[in-house]
Amino acid sequence: MRPHRPAAPYLMMAPTALLLGVFFFYPVVYAAYRSLYEWDLLTEPRYVGLGNYAHLIRSGELGHALMTTLSFSLVVVTGAMSLGLLLAVALNRPGKFAAFVRGAVFSAYVISWVSVALLWLWVLDADAGVLTASLRALGLPTANWLGDPDVALYTLSAVTIWKIAGYAMVLFLAGLQDVPLVLHEAAALDGASALHRFWHVTWPLLRPTTAFVGTTSLILSFQVFDVVRVMTQGGPVQATTVFVYAIYEQVFLNLRVGRASAQVVIFFFVLLVLTLVQLWLWRRKGAA
Amino acid sequence: MSPAAHPRPLGPGQRRGVGSRAFVTLTLAIVSLLWLLPYAWMVLTSFKTLPEIVTAPAAPLPAGLEWGAYAAVFDAMPVGRYFWNTTVMALGIAAIQIAVALPAAYALAKLDFKGRTLAFGLVVATLLIPAQVRFVPVFATLAEVRLVNTMAALVLPFGVSAFGTFLLRQALLSVPDSLIEAARMDGASEWRIVYGLLPPLLGPTLASFFLFSFVYHWNDYFWPLVMTTDDSVRTLPLGIALLREQGTGVRWHIVMAGNVLLSAPALLVFALAQRHLLRAVTSRAA
Repeated sequence: MRPHRPAAPYLMMAPTALLLGVFFFYPVVYAAYRSLYEWDLLTEPRYVGLGNYAHLIRSGELGHALMTTLSFSLVVVTGAMSLGLLLAVALNRPGKFAAFVRGAVFSAYVISWVSVALLWLWVLDADAGVLTASLRALGLPTANWLGDPDVALYTLSAVTIWKIAGYAMVLFLAGLQDVPLVLHEAAALDGASALHRFWHVTWPLLRPTTAFVGTTSLILSFQVFDVVRVMTQGGPVQATTVFVYAIYEQVFLNLRVGRASAQVVIFFFVLLVLTLVQLWLWRRKGAA
Repeated sequence: MSPAAHPRPLGPGQRRGVGSRAFVTLTLAIVSLLWLLPYAWMVLTSFKTLPEIVTAPAAPLPAGLEWGAYAAVFDAMPVGRYFWNTTVMALGIAAIQIAVALPAAYALAKLDFKGRTLAFGLVVATLLIPAQVRFVPVFATLAEVRLVNTMAALVLPFGVSAFGTFLLRQALLSVPDSLIEAARMDGASEWRIVYGLLPPLLGPTLASFFLFSFVYHWNDYFWPLVMTTDDSVRTLPLGIALLREQGTGVRWHIVMAGNVLLSAPALLVFALAQRHLLRAVTSRAA
């Protein structure tokens, strides 16, 4: 429609534009600028060129943070997607019981990360935790879930899967609603088994949903921070120092704002790549 | 539509034998326990006393209904103030996001203007710049103008929501132009249309987005952690997480009592408005 007055649309976009500029675009530019300085927030910033980037690469800090985050994300995305899909298929039915189970699983997505982290911190406590006690009582082997550097990252992955499986489930349920019932009926009349029908009818039609759930949970898991901060503080021995936690430590423990800005810039580009992949998959969904 | 709340009837392939149906039911019962037992453990622990935690930490039931842990939480921190700060912050963010997104969504959906595609692209592009990217530069900038540790530092950086703008724009596309033209004929200004005519038409979308945003920011830990330095604007998730850090050692009953206080409001909103939250989550994929 034609606006009443030519200026109207611009006035209506003005608050959005102002906030976008101040709190989104300016910060990215500012981070890129500050990444060329050594700065502790207190004394005068000192220009170091690409020194911060060079240090991050040479010291192995960058590689470590990337690898840790990637390992964490791969486990989370695979786990949450498979679990979400299984639950969606099993729970795509009417009735109070199925609704109850759906609600129970989804509730973990609604409560805060802090709540989830504290819950599992207590359940998984090495000395007094109920999981260790139960496993011992049953004569099963147990582990130092959060204190063992080889285990801690996967424990955090498992807790994250517990938190977001409901998100994947809900999206897959929505996707399943779009699979036409007639296709199933036709296939059933032709004598196709349930597994056969899932593989040849449901799964191909779920592809766009799968792409969406996969890319959003990948981006979400790359931004992980809360569970790490509350449950392990990046330890033991840096085993759970994921990307955002490394940036946080750089600012608030080491007071190196310049170096943290360099990490922010790199992190921004990592997210950019992940998002472009997502958009590309989305386009294909639109085309399909 | 909220798919999880209204699944369609059984398809032909879902008619199974009694044996396999019992198996599915049993598996699902175990699944629900996997999600509900940690909550139960939290509540049970919160009613225990320190001697119980020390001597038999894994004993399933508390000796009695002991409220001491809750009293200890209220002694350790200004719970009321944290609760108030959190609620004001979350309400403020959700309200500002809607107030800012409504005119933008109207312009993007209904008005022809030069640069509309670019404007829409820039809004969507902010999805690339989450809080985890912004916190270092925003913190450094706010520190220079001495705005760290204020309510403004908690609310304003979230004043615009790409998701909200996108959602409202989508909803506005299905509002017929004739309604808006009729309002214009009656002499309504564009602002009157945006804040008077449209909100009632967008009721369910607004409710879903408001609840989603409110719960999301009520739960947020990262931003308040970075932007606050003392009790004046500290929020509840931060305070409760501090319970664990204060060197409480084995005082898990107190930490869990705090956790009950933190998770109960979110679970209450969930119980009352599950459909709205589900709509907001699934509309992202649409």
